[in-house]
Amino acid sequence: MKFLLVEDNLELAHAICSRMGLDGHTIDHAARISDAVDFAASEDYDLILLDIMLPDGDGRSFLKQHRAAKNDTPVIVLTARSQVSDRISILDLGADDYVTKPFDHAELQARCRAVLRRKLGSTQTMIHLGDVEFDPVGGHLTVKGDVINLRNRELRLLELLMNAKGQVFSKQKLVDRLFSYDDDVSDNAIEVYIGRLRKHLEGSSVQIVTLRGLGYRLDHG
Amino acid sequence: MAKDVVVFGSLRNRLALILTGGAALLAIVLFFVVRGYAAQIAQDGQDSILSASVSSILDAAVLREGAVELDFPYAALSMLSTSADDRVFYAIFEDGKLISGYDGLGVSQSLVGDERVFETRQYDMTPIRVVSAGRVLVGQDVPRQVIVAVAQTQDALAETLNGISRNVAVFGAGFFALATALSFWATSSTIGQLSRLTNSVTRRGPQDLSAFLKPVPSEMVPLVGSLNNLMMRLEQSLKQSEDFIAEAAHRVRTPLATVRSYAEATLQRVDKQENRDALRSMMRAIDESSRAAGQLLDHAMVTFRAENLEREEVDLVDLLSDLVQRMTPVAEMRDVGLNFESNAPANLMGDPVLLQNAFRNLIDNALKYAPSETKITVRVQTSPRLSVDVRDEGRGFAENEIDTLVGRFTRGSNTTGHIGSGLGLTIAQDVVLAHNGSLILSNRPEGGACVTLQF
Repeated sequence: MKFLLVEDNLELAHAICSRMGLDGHTIDHAARISDAVDFAASEDYDLILLDIMLPDGDGRSFLKQHRAAKNDTPVIVLTARSQVSDRISILDLGADDYVTKPFDHAELQARCRAVLRRKLGSTQTMIHLGDVEFDPVGGHLTVKGDVINLRNRELRLLELLMNAKGQVFSKQKLVDRLFSYDDDVSDNAIEVYIGRLRKHLEGSSVQIVTLRGLGYRLDHG
Repeated sequence: MAKDVVVFGSLRNRLALILTGGAALLAIVLFFVVRGYAAQIAQDGQDSILSASVSSILDAAVLREGAVELDFPYAALSMLSTSADDRVFYAIFEDGKLISGYDGLGVSQSLVGDERVFETRQYDMTPIRVVSAGRVLVGQDVPRQVIVAVAQTQDALAETLNGISRNVAVFGAGFFALATALSFWATSSTIGQLSRLTNSVTRRGPQDLSAFLKPVPSEMVPLVGSLNNLMMRLEQSLKQSEDFIAEAAHRVRTPLATVRSYAEATLQRVDKQENRDALRSMMRAIDESSRAAGQLLDHAMVTFRAENLEREEVDLVDLLSDLVQRMTPVAEMRDVGLNFESNAPANLMGDPVLLQNAFRNLIDNALKYAPSETKITVRVQTSPRLSVDVRDEGRGFAENEIDTLVGRFTRGSNTTGHIGSGLGLTIAQDVVLAHNGSLILSNRPEGGACVTLQF
């Protein structure tokens, strides 16, 4: 998916871009409101991540302009403010959601997913692989006509594997992606989710292979 | 606050006292002046009749063959008759010797010319008014002096005076009553201006720091002026501290966010176990400090707002369903279900910002401790009392700690491995107390914790 990040702190912007890149998203970065306006006018983004305190103005004024221009690209605000009244005014101005800095990347992903699901109705992001159809935004998996609703962690695990098919993921990496850092999980927890996905994919052309001592890989055909 | 004000006298009492006291004094002075004046006029009347009577008797005196002869004019006495049947006395002297009448009227014998002497004295235990005058009759040989005195008791005069006094007293009392009523009206209309100002100060919400614009009497302009000035400075300093908190949060959190994002991105690339552990510890520490910073700011905000509670009608169903919707992505991330149940519209007079903060902290807590693939239920009930509860299916509270968990920076002993500051329940408790409610912690019989806010 294509994101626009509006953030004046270059370090943070770089960190977010590289983290999003790992998940296979494309990100453009604007450090000022004027740049952001140009980017938003010339490119079609799936989602905009917007900081509030920017050098050439308040992110909220971009939000107002953005909405006034009838641009309905969803916006998630990155805010360092904690006052509830601030958050409410952000939502009133037309933001779809907000995350408070510093944020858990998984939470940002979850919020993006929720916003996109609300906005797009999930048809644009289908992943087709062999006889399997996967809708990561809506959280559905269609195997030979049967629609299966995935739990969130199953969904994220499958998305990860499908976006990098043929690549090997170690258990540890999968744990890092699927659980937050205050969850008390063992590496074996991954086996439960792999087991469930295998059950869902049973009989299809897609399969998850265990490579002893290395991890897992998604193959098809 | 009122108990700190030192009360010194009362403007209303002082004004009323001065005005009614002045009116009473005026009424008394009026009474004595009018009565004295009336007494003077009445006395003058009596005196002029008495002196006419004296004159007519003196005029009747003639000198015949060297002896004084007086044909007593009875009209001189009849002109003195009064409604009160006053007694009349007379005495006629010739060269100091009584020739007719009552002795003992005590008439001065040294009268010169046409001079009339008016005296009031006691006679026979009653006050009488005596008028005396003399006349010198000159014959062929020696001149003879005739002195006539006429006296009258003062019953009619006293009666007249009493009548006048009564009327003046009634008039004075009426004047006093009217003046008192006027003074109370003047006092309360003056004090009323002050009370109106007081009311409009009291009726304001804690966030309303705008200037007073209603017209006030010129004497109150300096007071209202300094009040407005104070409000302005207060608003500025409040705004400054709010801006400061927002700015401080921004300054602290943005670098934290940078570190966290880098650590997270790096963790995806490194394979060595000890590096991974170090990165995880880093991220936990960042989460802990940002969470603590957030809750400390929340706690400061809650304390400030709870002290100056601004109440408005809050639709709890609306507020909670928004909040639940907003927190659903976080719940989904952990594969925890988050449900909202309500059976009836539930409205509450309260501060929506505070209430939202309290509920958010409770749901946050539940999300932290709920095992994955369980569900959290947020429920509003309207009977028997308005209450909101947040229930999870986790391990519940340790029974022996239930009473102490709401304390500041207190964390349960079974929370190891979870990030927290120990302020969540304190915040919720402060908010519910400010709304005259209570926070109840319990464990559900079927397992899991339940936090109830009862209003």
